[in-house]
Amino acid sequence: MAILQLASLSKSFGAVTVADALTYEVQQGQALGVIGPNGAGKTSMFNLITGTLAPDSGRVVFDGRDVTGLGAAARSRLGIARSFQVPQPFSHLTVFENAMVAATQAAGFWGREAEMLCLDVLERTGLMDKANRRAGGLTLLDRKRLELTRALCARPRLLLLDEIAGGLTEAECQSLVETIRDIHASGVSIIWIEHVVHALLAVVDRLVVIDYGRKIGEGDPRAVMASREVQEIYLGIEADA
Amino acid sequence: MSVTYDVTRSSQAARIAAGLGAVILLLLIAAPWWAGRAELRLIGEICLFLSLASLWNLMAGYAGLVSVGQQAYVGFGGYMLFALTIFGGLHPLAAIALAGVLGALVSVPVAALIFRLRGAYFAIGTWVMAEVFRLSFAQVSALGGGSGTSLPTDIVRSLAEGRAAREALAYWLALAASVLVVASVYLFLRSRRGLALTAIRDNELAAASLGIDIWRTKFVVYVVTSALTAMVGALIFLQKLRISPDAAFSVNDWTAFVIFIVVIGGIGTIEGPIIGTLLFFALRETLADLGTTYLLVLGSVAIVVMLKAPKGVWGLIRSRFDLELFPLGFRVRRTDQKGA
Repeated sequence: MAILQLASLSKSFGAVTVADALTYEVQQGQALGVIGPNGAGKTSMFNLITGTLAPDSGRVVFDGRDVTGLGAAARSRLGIARSFQVPQPFSHLTVFENAMVAATQAAGFWGREAEMLCLDVLERTGLMDKANRRAGGLTLLDRKRLELTRALCARPRLLLLDEIAGGLTEAECQSLVETIRDIHASGVSIIWIEHVVHALLAVVDRLVVIDYGRKIGEGDPRAVMASREVQEIYLGIEADA
Repeated sequence: MSVTYDVTRSSQAARIAAGLGAVILLLLIAAPWWAGRAELRLIGEICLFLSLASLWNLMAGYAGLVSVGQQAYVGFGGYMLFALTIFGGLHPLAAIALAGVLGALVSVPVAALIFRLRGAYFAIGTWVMAEVFRLSFAQVSALGGGSGTSLPTDIVRSLAEGRAAREALAYWLALAASVLVVASVYLFLRSRRGLALTAIRDNELAAASLGIDIWRTKFVVYVVTSALTAMVGALIFLQKLRISPDAAFSVNDWTAFVIFIVVIGGIGTIEGPIIGTLLFFALRETLADLGTTYLLVLGSVAIVVMLKAPKGVWGLIRSRFDLELFPLGFRVRRTDQKGA
């Protein structure tokens, strides 16, 4: 069964098209990777899925329900969580309080239940020793961890990860891949936008390629990576060559 | 040896502050027996300004709704007290409560209108609305039109027998209002919706994507603040016993001074308005004889505080001593236990 369906989703800002009749499905429990050049409309696609952007046309169906008319807050409460490419911490709150916002507002817990959830997630994402630090003072790596922490504390059914591995060292990247694999194994469906392709391929079981807001490839990750379209984009081979 | 963690929302300083606060509150409750008439009036006024300041701080410091038009609700509440007692025949206490309900009702269409505006435009919008209120009430000839009216003596008498008893009652009501307001703000900010409000203040984009309905949260804050401000307004004019449009909707008295209090005390903290109110009245009582010089000094103090301590006096204290008298946050504590 599909947890998410995009049905010919389109959005443009004047002459710039960020989504052009985007259509694909994510099955329940699936991990979908998304690649494409910079400016291809990948983050805009996340904004359309989460409700931060309203499409010009097309539909977003989450878990069999048309959510196109719902705002970001309502979709989050239904179980869509995201990590932002540019971290968006609540700077004046501590790391733990950031997590509590997700656990109390998106997941709907309160009191002991919310606190236990946050402690558990902080331990998994490696931020426990910084739980009482103000989020505004964190390093970039820790801000990215906080993005993941918050998304997990929202208890998502669909997790959207936006370039979460960029800028990490090899060891950090490896531990991040482990964490995301665990999340996936626990039954959460994932869409992951990533330029660090080897990290992506270690997790996802399906791949979508996007350029100029259009889907130009979809299928088995390794087959898609070997395809002509992807080679053109990433290696600059001319189509007619 | 296993490591476990637990979460606390209190602190030693907060418990000491709560104890001290209880003692001070008991002393204040007993004030009619130890304070003179002038002092009683002054403490009552301090309580009412503390209420206004705490409410404005909740709106501006937490919800980011910088209003310069809260005098709309002070004046509205005051006029409701007069209208409901004179024409409705209500007991003044019932009129005060009803003024709060009506304040909430009237704030709903106002919010629907001014919530379309952002930042500076919102601020100007609130001021314009307050002027609309002032001009509207000045048209009501039954309430004295532009020159205002006094509370009839039989209504004043219905409050309590004898001047001393009435003044004590007015004082207790003011004290109760300030305790109610500060406690409500504190409990609200500690609640689930309060955490949402704090998150909105820091980052609206992230807040919305974590399930927080921004418009609704701010709307609730605006309506509740307006209701309580209207009740405080009713209390203010119960003390004054006379109302006129210019006094009721004075931007200077009910908004400029209130902003001064919150800014020098420390915006976005519960402690700030308390400290700010005490500082404001200390300045007023020592400088009031100087006439306009008093306002010049107030202005200079505000400028110096904004330049040297933009987070106010309480911000200065908090950053130096890491102190929180009204703990809103969560602290994770590590508890090491031997064995398993």
